[in-house]
Parts: sequence; structure tokens; C-alpha cells
Amino acid sequence: MAETNGHGDGKAASAGGASGNGSGAGGNGSGNGSGNGGGKIATLVANAKATQARAVEEIKETIKAPEKTDVWKSVLRVKHDETPRSRALGVLSNVFLHLHPAKINRDAVAYNYTWGMGGMTFYVYITLVFTGTLLMFYYHPSKVVAFRDILYLDNDVPFGKLLRNMHRWGAHLMVIMVELHMFRVYLTGSYKKPRQFNWVVGVLLLVLTLLLSFTGYLLPDDQLGFWAVTVGTNMARATPLLGHQGPFGPQLGMTPFNDVRFGLLGGSIVDSNALLRAYIWHCVAIPIIASAFMVVHFWRVRKDGGISGPAPVMLETEIKEPRKV
Amino acid sequence: MDFHQLWTIVSTPDNVPIVLLLFVVPFYTWYGLRQAFANDRLIAQLEADPAMAKTHHRKTQPYKPGWTKEVHVWPYLLRIEFLAAIIVTVLLMVWSITLNAPLEEPSNPTLTMNPAKAPWYFLGLQEMLVYFDPWMAGVVMPSLIIIGLMVIPYIDTNPLGNGYYTFKQRKYSILTFIFGFIILWVSMIVIGTMIRGPGWMWFWPGTTWDHNRLIFEVNRDLPDIFGITGRVPKIIFGAVVVGLYFVGAGYLIHKLITRTEFNRRIYARMSVLQYVVMQTFLIIMLSLPVKILARQLFRIKYVWVTPWFNI
Repeated sequence: MAETNGHGDGKAASAGGASGNGSGAGGNGSGNGSGNGGGKIATLVANAKATQARAVEEIKETIKAPEKTDVWKSVLRVKHDETPRSRALGVLSNVFLHLHPAKINRDAVAYNYTWGMGGMTFYVYITLVFTGTLLMFYYHPSKVVAFRDILYLDNDVPFGKLLRNMHRWGAHLMVIMVELHMFRVYLTGSYKKPRQFNWVVGVLLLVLTLLLSFTGYLLPDDQLGFWAVTVGTNMARATPLLGHQGPFGPQLGMTPFNDVRFGLLGGSIVDSNALLRAYIWHCVAIPIIASAFMVVHFWRVRKDGGISGPAPVMLETEIKEPRKV
Repeated sequence: MDFHQLWTIVSTPDNVPIVLLLFVVPFYTWYGLRQAFANDRLIAQLEADPAMAKTHHRKTQPYKPGWTKEVHVWPYLLRIEFLAAIIVTVLLMVWSITLNAPLEEPSNPTLTMNPAKAPWYFLGLQEMLVYFDPWMAGVVMPSLIIIGLMVIPYIDTNPLGNGYYTFKQRKYSILTFIFGFIILWVSMIVIGTMIRGPGWMWFWPGTTWDHNRLIFEVNRDLPDIFGITGRVPKIIFGAVVVGLYFVGAGYLIHKLITRTEFNRRIYARMSVLQYVVMQTFLIIMLSLPVKILARQLFRIKYVWVTPWFNI
């Protein structure tokens, strides 16, 4: 504000001064002598030096205390000093961090309670979205070129091999972490009241994680993926009532061309339609659905009282009898 | 002992997560149960000493009066989360640099792989196919697993252990879950990865995977063992056998729930609906090991034979 106006004025002054001096120098060159011209140059030099000194001062101030600049204050709206207020606001007023409360149970920070599995699963999910998006630049979901695209990624694309490996192993790591997270939540009884519904959402997320993994498995269109999906979808044809080889399916008019397996594959065989559908499920539909459930899951963690513990132990003698309805 | 075969199986890139599981699952089970036993010792102390129970802060973690019960997320939680993110990233990158993702030959509908295995996280289901038909192993049981998991919080009437590790106070629920998760689900993944070879035949670790090995396994159906041959008698016989299994298993489960005084107390809190739901899921879950035993010990394939489905 004050500085910019000052700068503006300074620039305007020096610009005006320069042009004035230029015409003055031109006039002097044609006419009088060095006296007046010398004075004007001296003023010019003095102005320039003053401006330079001012500029150095302003830069020094900025470097000493960047948090006082407008640029900083416009991005980071709270002070980052060492007060409890700043600590709390730093979390609460940040769109990413305000997933957390300002304070948590001092014993919940220790690794041994939560094993960090929930948070790490979410982190791995983000790396999978990131690596997956980069992979999408090189992959066409077409039977004609899908396999070739993977070969390109593995051999020709710079860092393509690393990218593909990170995506595949990240997927396996995520499945392992999800199951360990479920195990930990069970062992700490963190599905009991009031967190029952969040457990249900968690089970849905487990199913979605497995489905993401499964749909991705088919995309390289190699023998491994093709036969894995064949085995998997062949189970679908055995669905009771809805599969053409399931109990009572044929009686209800199910054939290989209209049963639930047909709906999954977009055909009666694992072919180009199946590949395209797997691609869409894997890259678009399931991530959107999973993100929605993740939002609910994280929201419920906060609303149900945060990380469940470690809570004070309860004794058997302290069990309250349920109220008779 | 064919070490080369063993190494081939263990070092196949897609099997490496299972090798990881073999270390990680026992470790975390121990890690959690260790805290559970520590808490149980504290609980025993508090139950023996009511005066202590009134003043103790009730946790195994250290606490002195005057300590705040809560700490700021910034920096204490955020820095450990940041560290965890860094460690996971490093782990993933090292893993990705050392092991390459598999890519077999281009897909060929006319050439079946042998064995044609599902991805490892579904191997548990594929292993079930040995003992049940596809509609049961591939549709009904997975659906029941999912619904059964969802139902757990609503049938658990034990208020203890909410937010802390304990074994003594939740023996029944923890052992049931460990049975279902580790002994059934994880073990069947390990079996499907390490032991099932060509033709889905059983190859002990260290045995060479011989595609031409022959197994003389004559499986028979239960009605045939009892000499029942007609179509309708088989249906009736099967229904009776399955009904008897339900009753027997239900009785055993009931005995388990009412075994100790504490168990009986928790059982008294259950509503009829909760009890029936719990029994249904547990009985169906137990049908898997029962079927496995029937097959392995008595070579029994189907117990209930009908024109529409077989169990």
C-alpha cells in the first residue's frame, strides 16, 4: 500500500525525471554549456542512488519478516507463531488439515494404539490416484492396443516402469492396510456404540477397495488378468436366481445373454466390452463412489467423538444394565 | 525338498505381498494382543482393589495429575503423520524399484493358464470353490461375509472394551473374529498362493509342481454312502442332514455363549433378533471348516443333492 504507492511515485518521478533530463541533455548538447546539464545529471544519479538504497531496505525488511507481507497474509490467513491459539487455528482454518480436531487424546498419538493404518490407507489411495492418472496418459482401453501400451510403459516411457510398479504395489499395499485397519478397529472395540454405522461404511469401503483392485487387474489384458476376471465373472453366472447357471436361474429365464454376468461384462465373453467397462469402473465410477464413502467415513470419525481411544478401562462391575424399553 | 520350486513361488512378484502378509499379520496380532494383556493385568489390579479403581486414571499409558489429557494436533499428530507418509512413500518406491509388476503373455481365450488363479485377495474365495459349488462359494458366502461383517456392531451386546485393547473382557468376540479372519480368510489366501499348484492340486511347500501328477481321489456324495438312490429321497435326506447340522452347530455355539458367568450376563442382554442373527452367521461360517473336514477326512463331496442345487 504505502510502499507500492511510494514505488509508483518513485518510478513516475524517475521516469519523468529521465525524460526531462533527456530533453534537457539534448537541449544542452545543442546550446549552452555543461553547468545546467551537470546539475541535472547529479540529481538523476542522486535519485537513482536513493531509490536503490530504498529498494535494498525494503528487500531486507521482507527477508527479515516475510509473514508481514501482503502476499503471505493473503495466502496464510493465521499467524504461525508458537501460541496455542495459532496452533489450533493452523489446523482448524486449513481446508486440508481441518479433518483433524485442534487437540486429541494424548495417548492416541502413539503408534501402538491405531497402527496408523487408516491414515496410511488414505495416503496410499492418494498416491494411487496420482500414479493412476499419470498412467492414463499412456493407456488406451482397447483390446487392440492395451497390452502394447503396458509394454510401452514398461520399456519406453521415461520412468514408466517405476510408475506402473508403484501403482500395482500401491494397490496391494492398500488392500493389506485396509484389512489391518479393520483388524485394529475390531481389536480395540471401536465399532461399538456410537461408531456402529462407521464400521458399516468401513466394510463398504473394504468391498470397494477389493473391486478397484479387481477391475484394475484386467486392464493390462494379459493372461493373468484375463483368466482372473474369467474366474471371477464365472462366479457371477452362478448367482442364484440371476445367473444362467445358478440355482433357479434358468427357470427364471436367465441365459448367457441376459443374466447378471452379461450385465457385468457387456457381453457373454470376456472381450473388448469387458475391458472398457473394467476401465470405466476402475478409473471413474468406483473412485467417485469410494471418495463419497470416504468423506462419510472421515466425517463420522469426527462426529462420533474422534479416535476412540485409548479409553479408560471399564470394569465388569461397572456395566450398566440396559434400560428396559 | 525342491528349494528352487519354493523360491520360484516365494519370489514371484505377485506373491510377494503374501510373503509380506505372513510376517505382518502375526506381528500386528502380537502387537495388539500384547497391549490387550497389559490392559487385562491393569483390569485385574483394579478389580482387586476398589480404592485404586476410584483414583487410577485407568490406562496403561503413563499419566501424572496436572498433565493435560489432550495435546495439540499441530505439531504432535501432524509430524508423526508426515513421518508415516514419508516412510510409506519410501517403502513403496523401494518396492517398486526392486520388483517388477508381472505381465504375462497377451490374453488368449483359447489357452488356459494352469493354475488360473484369482488375484491374491480373492484366493480365499477361490479356495472355497473346492468345497462348495460356485453359487455358494462365489456368491452366497461372499455376500454373507460382507453382510455378516456389517452386522457385527449391532449384535455385540458386550459394552466392555470400547476404545481399548482387551482379551479377557472380550474373549468370545476376539476369538471368533480371529478364527474368521486369520484362520479362515488369511490362511486360505496363503494356501491358494503357496500350496495350490497345477490343477488346483495340493503341493506341500518344497514339492515340485508336477502338471502330470495324478490323484486318485474318489469322492462320494453322502446320500450314496447311505445307499439312498432316488431323487426325492436324496432331497429329503439332504435337508435332514443340513437341518441336523444347523441344530448341532447352534447347540454348540449356545454352549459356548453361556459357558461362563460373564458370558451368560452378556447373553442376557441380547434380544431374540440379535441372537438369531448371530447364530445364523456363525453356523454358516462354521459350515466351511466342517465341509473341509468332511472332504479331507471322509471324501464326502455333496451332502444335499437336488436337481437345482448341491451343497
